[in-house]
Amino acid sequence: MTTNNCYIPHEVEIVERVQETPDVYTFKIKFTDPEIAKSYTFKHGQFNMLYLYGVGEVPISIMSNDGELLVHTIRAVGRVTNAMMGLQVGDKMGLRGPFGRGWPLDEAKGKDIVFVTAGLGCAPVVSSIRYVIGKREEYGKLVIMQSVKHRHDVLWEPQYDEWRRVPNTQILLAASREKTQWPQWELGRVAVLFDKADYDKDNCVVMVCGPDAMMSGTARTLIDLNVDPKNIYLSMERNMQCAVGHCGHCQFGSQFVCKDGPVFSYPEVEELLRHRGF
Amino acid sequence: MPATHFLPRSSLSQLYDTLSNKGYRVVGPKVDLGAITYTELGSFDELPVGVQEKQAPGSYQLSHTGGVRNFSWANGHSAIKPYVYASTETLWQVSETDNGFVFKPGEPNAPLTAIIGVRACDIAALRIQDQHFLHNTYRDEYYAERREKLFLVGVNCSHCADTCFCESTGDGPEILDGYDLLLDELEEGFLIRAGSDEGTTIVNTLATTEASSLQLDEAERQIKSVAASQSTKLLHEDLHAKLLTQLDNPIWDEIAERCLSCGNCTAVCPTCFCHREVEKPELDGKSSSHYREWDSCFNQDHSYIVGEVVRENTKLRYRQWMTHKLATWVEQYDRIGCVGCGRCTTWCPAQIDFVREATRIVGPELLDDNQ
Ligand SMILES: Cc1cc2nc3c(=O)[nH]c(=O)nc-3n(C[C@H](O)[C@H](O)[C@H](O)COP(=O)(O)OP(=O)(O)OC[C@H]3O[C@@H](n4cnc5c(N)ncnc54)[C@H](O)[C@@H]3O)c2cc1C
Ligand code: SF4
Ligand code: SF4
Ligand code: FES
Repeated sequence: MTTNNCYIPHEVEIVERVQETPDVYTFKIKFTDPEIAKSYTFKHGQFNMLYLYGVGEVPISIMSNDGELLVHTIRAVGRVTNAMMGLQVGDKMGLRGPFGRGWPLDEAKGKDIVFVTAGLGCAPVVSSIRYVIGKREEYGKLVIMQSVKHRHDVLWEPQYDEWRRVPNTQILLAASREKTQWPQWELGRVAVLFDKADYDKDNCVVMVCGPDAMMSGTARTLIDLNVDPKNIYLSMERNMQCAVGHCGHCQFGSQFVCKDGPVFSYPEVEELLRHRGF
Repeated sequence: MPATHFLPRSSLSQLYDTLSNKGYRVVGPKVDLGAITYTELGSFDELPVGVQEKQAPGSYQLSHTGGVRNFSWANGHSAIKPYVYASTETLWQVSETDNGFVFKPGEPNAPLTAIIGVRACDIAALRIQDQHFLHNTYRDEYYAERREKLFLVGVNCSHCADTCFCESTGDGPEILDGYDLLLDELEEGFLIRAGSDEGTTIVNTLATTEASSLQLDEAERQIKSVAASQSTKLLHEDLHAKLLTQLDNPIWDEIAERCLSCGNCTAVCPTCFCHREVEKPELDGKSSSHYREWDSCFNQDHSYIVGEVVRENTKLRYRQWMTHKLATWVEQYDRIGCVGCGRCTTWCPAQIDFVREATRIVGPELLDDNQ
């Protein structure tokens, strides 16, 4: 029953570990079985189930890959992610994946690309931003909008400074609860950034990640600005137990977020996002 | 149409013996704690005799009619589901060794299992669970293993409860396929026909005679009259999509005042598939098991994501349950997630009538009593 059993994790080993902030950490990991390492491929926006021995599994986005190493950045928020923070280089975990449908990066070729994220980190889009930057000439303008409550909430601020130097790329940052007006920062929510963003509304793909209310608000703002709803994509988050469409926890109306998502085009989820409780 | 044979009542025990000799664990209905429960049987002497039940919202009552029949009742709280989609299932065991973690898949260790007395609604629900666990993006190996070992002896209903509405969902009361053997119960015995090769092999071991045309007519009359007697009717599928246009209907709030969010409905529903995963480290610290167990969308943590419970109150949970069964299920699996067994209504301690509430929300004009 081992072969093709979608429930069984594979062993991985932590090769590098970075403590990003007191509660955010990054693991670079590799499969201990070279055969599995070789056959593993993923799409940007997909996720893995990471298993901590004796504690449990959590869905975590694939941040990037660094050669054969997979990179995951995790915020310690609860039972599994707190305990996982204690792992060190050389420690082992379990991993199943990749799961789900990623961002439409192929369909977006030749178009302007807009990323809108809110909240802390927003791991699901980072690998796509890096991908687009890596293939800069295959895409049009690149706009990255990130909003947080406080400036110090943003992970990797130096990374944004680096991205600012990439040709044809605009970085817009907003802090909603900050009192000080820092250079390069706007005060307010993500909506304040839209006036400054420079992209072709008729030829763009927008990828949004954040809490439900922020995503539907952003989508409606974009539609008012004449962006075609079909070109707006969201990454949804729901409770996940199995990641393979069996346990029912991630259902969003008729969609199973784990296998039909987590990335959806706005029209696929628009109707139910208007209501609480799905 | 496979040949229909007649098996005298006194020879039914031959079927038990054949199944048992072929290595099957034989599961069937038995009166236990005031209800009909499907359980492993030592012989067919344990089958109910002359028992009938009365079901109503929040109520299930058995009575003795004094007759000889074994299957003159409609259904109990469960039949097939726990035997194929187990209420707890070990997914894997992992041990820490000098060479790292070794993951071992859980072994359902399912014996060959013959279930006697399954009804049209149960078979329809099994087909839905097959879609979900087997014919889906990912295949569930644990379910698959148990499923392959099942042998189903269906019985056409000769009686239906007031809560039954399988006729209106198109799932019964007559069993058309999906069985290994099919019985029609008559006073003097059973009509029996095979629906699979294994079924044919087994029928051939029994002391049957050819069914007479009188008996065939009687069986047909019986199933037709059961269908005709079903007075509870679910509205047409087209109307149920309308539930999604009624998300703000005040009736949801009103139901939520009565609903206890206990999850009984999801536990007895033969199509519900939700489960949670649980980790159980062994005391010696050297290994750990990861298992799943049935869960319900009526539980608070079902929709928990850090910092928020998506369905924070009973209204949102009841609405999830009903819109899933009747509306969003259709987009998932091309049919509603309800087979008309009526169990959720019977086993609801708050006496919430599923069909009636759905009708109040999407077609109140169709209620006779206009309440
Ligand atoms: C597709 C997807 C990608 C994600 N990517 C990342 C990432 O890259 N980095 C990161 O830090 N976090 C990510 N998350 C969130 C992360 O999965 C949760 O923070 C984590 O499950 C919390 O588990 P816990 O046991 O530590 O917390 P607890 O509060 O103890 O949670 C208990 C259980 O509830 C479930 N659960 C709770 N919150 C969530 C949630 N938000 N999503 C899904 N299940 C949840 C899990 O089964 C969890 O074990 C992602 C979530 C999803 C759905
Ligand atoms: S919703 Fe109710 S009536 Fe329908 S299949 Fe489930 S338990 Fe039976
Ligand atoms: S979401 Fe609720 S109604 Fe749907 S399968 Fe799960 S428990 Fe049953
Ligand atoms: S996480 Fe189990 S169905 Fe999606």
